Amino acid sequence: MRRIYLDHAATTPTRPEVVKAMLPYFTDAFGNASSIYSYGQEARGAVEEARTKVAELIGARSEEVIFTSGGTEADNYALKGVAYANERKGNHIITTSIEHRAVLEVCKFLEGRGFKITYLPVDEYGLVDPDDVKRAITGKTILISIMHANNEVGTIEPVEEIGEIAREAGVYFHTDAVQTVGHIPVNVDELKVDLLTISAHKFYGPKGVGALYVRKGTSLVSLMHGGGQEKKCRAGTENVPAIVGLGRAMQLAGPEMSKEAERQAYLRDKLIKGLLEKIDHIRLNGHLTRRLPNNVNLCVDFVEGESLLLSLDSEGICASTGSACGMASPEPSHVLLALGVPPEKAHGSLRFTLGRENTEADVERVLEVLPGIVARLRAMSPLLKTQK
Amino acid sequence: MADPWSLYNDKVVEHFKNPRNVGEMEDPDGVGRVGDPVCGDVMELYIKVKDGIVVDAKFKTFGCAAAIATSSMVTEMVKGKRVEEALKISNKAVVEALDGLPPAKVHCSVLAEDALKAAIENYLNNSPSPL
Repeated sequence: MRRIYLDHAATTPTRPEVVKAMLPYFTDAFGNASSIYSYGQEARGAVEEARTKVAELIGARSEEVIFTSGGTEADNYALKGVAYANERKGNHIITTSIEHRAVLEVCKFLEGRGFKITYLPVDEYGLVDPDDVKRAITGKTILISIMHANNEVGTIEPVEEIGEIAREAGVYFHTDAVQTVGHIPVNVDELKVDLLTISAHKFYGPKGVGALYVRKGTSLVSLMHGGGQEKKCRAGTENVPAIVGLGRAMQLAGPEMSKEAERQAYLRDKLIKGLLEKIDHIRLNGHLTRRLPNNVNLCVDFVEGESLLLSLDSEGICASTGSACGMASPEPSHVLLALGVPPEKAHGSLRFTLGRENTEADVERVLEVLPGIVARLRAMSPLLKTQK
Repeated sequence: MADPWSLYNDKVVEHFKNPRNVGEMEDPDGVGRVGDPVCGDVMELYIKVKDGIVVDAKFKTFGCAAAIATSSMVTEMVKGKRVEEALKISNKAVVEALDGLPPAKVHCSVLAEDALKAAIENYLNNSPSPL
């Protein structure tokens, strides 16, 4: 059976060009980038070339890019790094209730250690109100961390406006751009951010590598102590092949980005329109226009998300849900709840995230298959009867 | 986001894909409704009893694959049993009949046991001369 992968917000396949660029650094050019002989210098050259490529795509200087093991580490580093470097100035951090867990869990950790966190609400489309950010700033605020686009519902936040507010207040501003880098334009000066998180595997690079952009002059403490790599910001022998892969993925994304975003947005809208036409009692989550080009997130009433996923999987279609059955907590997606979606509807949420390899035929296949799946599950749902 | 369903064994997947005894029942002798849509699962179980024997069982379930598979299995298990035997069907027996569930999904089988017990209690309360 032909498989249709529609979960690109979770991860993407590594592009063959990226793998090809990485391969020599496992074998022939295996050197430690800290060694002075030729093997080491080859590796060093490759790392610095990758740093330049990353910096170029986000409008940064290469010395402002620190390689990490991925998005989670970059988020941890941004929040804990700024918090502990600035605790004499203040202990207040502002974030939102819809951040990725790599930010929210760090905030909880810091809360347990004397920091005060403000979790801003969002509206029904997932948008943060910049005025709320402004009002939340106190004399003790040291950091604002607000994601560029939400990974579940695809809402693109007004990061530029928030950046302006942060800059006026003299507060550091971090954005988790894991869902946007390589997909839509990201420029650290236009967004007015001091710190920005990147993850390679979300745009056809390898897993296990990412980067944190740190604007020159931003004070943060290192989380990794050791051999002094990455200008003492992140110790540990550089993962040269992965870093090369990240650089290559950034380089490939740049020129293709706008055309690809346009293509995916067309498929996205076709999928949304088709599903809303073919299935009753469903609703789109997130913002209609301020939306990632590849994101479709819907609530399907009277059915549960995992049942939808498993049924789609048996048709070869891979998607995702904000339902929580069987997870440690019985609560469904914190993002959908923050948007005001009732829990019983959040359990029926379904997310499709498109990617480079998806075609119109893939969208048509979902439109052909999903209505029948929903009808089958609804026929066995006791909720539909009570709603009649 | 969701629990890896790849952990479901073939029997669970088969019961999820082809659930037995789905649907409502006309004039049931007992109905049990348990669970809460807010928590992501609701199960309704209907039984027909004749001469102290459960002669038919049907269900409607809102929930994950484990909830649907355990609903299917418990309705199969209860048919033909005397009411007092049916009351002894435990969630553990349902899980065993399905050759096991992922640990995070075992709570779904509790729902099946609860729905069955609720349906039988409903029958006993309505029945003029129970058992």
